[in-house]
Amino acid sequence: MKTVQAPVEWQFDKVMLAVKLAAAGFIWAIVYWFLEPVTGAIAYGLLGLDPASHLGSAVGFFLYDVPKILLLLSLIVFLVGILRSFFTPERARVALGGKREGVGNVLAAMLGIVTPFCSCSAVPLFLGFVESGVPLGVTFSFLIAAPMINEVAVVLLFGMFGWSVAALYMATGLAIAILAGWVIGRLRLEHWVADWVYEVRMGEAQFMEDKRDWSNRVEYAVQAVRDIVGKVWPYIVAGIAVGAAIHGYVPEDFMAGIMGKNAWWSVPVAVLVGIPMYSNAAGIVPVVQALVEKGAALGTVLAFMMAVIALSLPETIILKRVLKWQLIAVFLGVVGTGIMLVGYLFNAVL
Amino acid sequence: MNIKILGSGCANCNRLEALVREVVGELGIPAEIEKVTDYKEIMRYGIMATPGLVIDGSVKSAGRIPDKAAVVQWVISAQAAQ
Repeated sequence: MKTVQAPVEWQFDKVMLAVKLAAAGFIWAIVYWFLEPVTGAIAYGLLGLDPASHLGSAVGFFLYDVPKILLLLSLIVFLVGILRSFFTPERARVALGGKREGVGNVLAAMLGIVTPFCSCSAVPLFLGFVESGVPLGVTFSFLIAAPMINEVAVVLLFGMFGWSVAALYMATGLAIAILAGWVIGRLRLEHWVADWVYEVRMGEAQFMEDKRDWSNRVEYAVQAVRDIVGKVWPYIVAGIAVGAAIHGYVPEDFMAGIMGKNAWWSVPVAVLVGIPMYSNAAGIVPVVQALVEKGAALGTVLAFMMAVIALSLPETIILKRVLKWQLIAVFLGVVGTGIMLVGYLFNAVL
Repeated sequence: MNIKILGSGCANCNRLEALVREVVGELGIPAEIEKVTDYKEIMRYGIMATPGLVIDGSVKSAGRIPDKAAVVQWVISAQAAQ
């Protein structure tokens, strides 16, 4: 129960919160700014390694990248957490109920990105959407966008490849979510949804949303940072270690033959290999970066990454409860094809 | 008191169950704790994200693991209401 606070108290709380956030941001920026020189000094100065040597270059890469990525990740997860605090699955359901395809697909994909989503919620969410009259294809646009365009992947891509690649990943991911969802909708596959789904009667949403104020939102975002970074950092460290080893030891152009631009078959193979694999983005991206450095085509490895993240076995297993296998096959096929096309596009353009 | 945890087998749902058992144990309140994994049942409570927490038929939280203090508060209130 929120008691009405005297105006002065209320202002003070808000100001304190703003001050804390500003201070945290300031510290973050300082640390980030000095990361490269300091880690360079440690690797090459303190440890006396030769930057041109295999070991030196691998260690330098590792020491610099681990804190850099962790810092970026913390920042973005925090900001996305604040953004996500404004969205709930219930709101998405209301926004999408009864929307026709086309517009609905676009809206669903965008909502999929900003609505908090965990793959175990896929089924209740699916059921809720169906019950609200959200078209099947629109629901799929949501379910494709949500896991694929996750902030961890985007941050890591930004950290390793820069703005343009991260933005391109987001844009094409969004496009795939919209188009694949639309295609699935057009195919009129409602009969391949498990029968019991249409018999579910969802209870009245009696759960009242907490009124959220800014300090709640910040708490939520901080908790998200703890959860996500806490869960993901071992994968990042391991991935960067592998990346560092590849960076330091594998000769240039080694991958060009297998995964380079001229190996046209590498894109479909990468996607097919990626589909049954499941990893969070954190583990994959550093490896991806090192492969690219050694001559693998960026499009191929990004397609691989998308296939791994967007089409995950655990989610498929969960969805199997509500979808007949034929629909799952169509889902995998349509999204897989979309990813392949994106792979070719990236190879041609980047 | 009847406490239901709605969700099917993901890590968060198990954590919520553990948290609830811990709170109930610490408070020493007799409560029946059930795990609901059937989706038709879960949907009857009108939530769209698991894990969900239901105390004496009323939904207290959905889609997240509430902090322990909140769970304590709800259990105590539910006890008082009996």
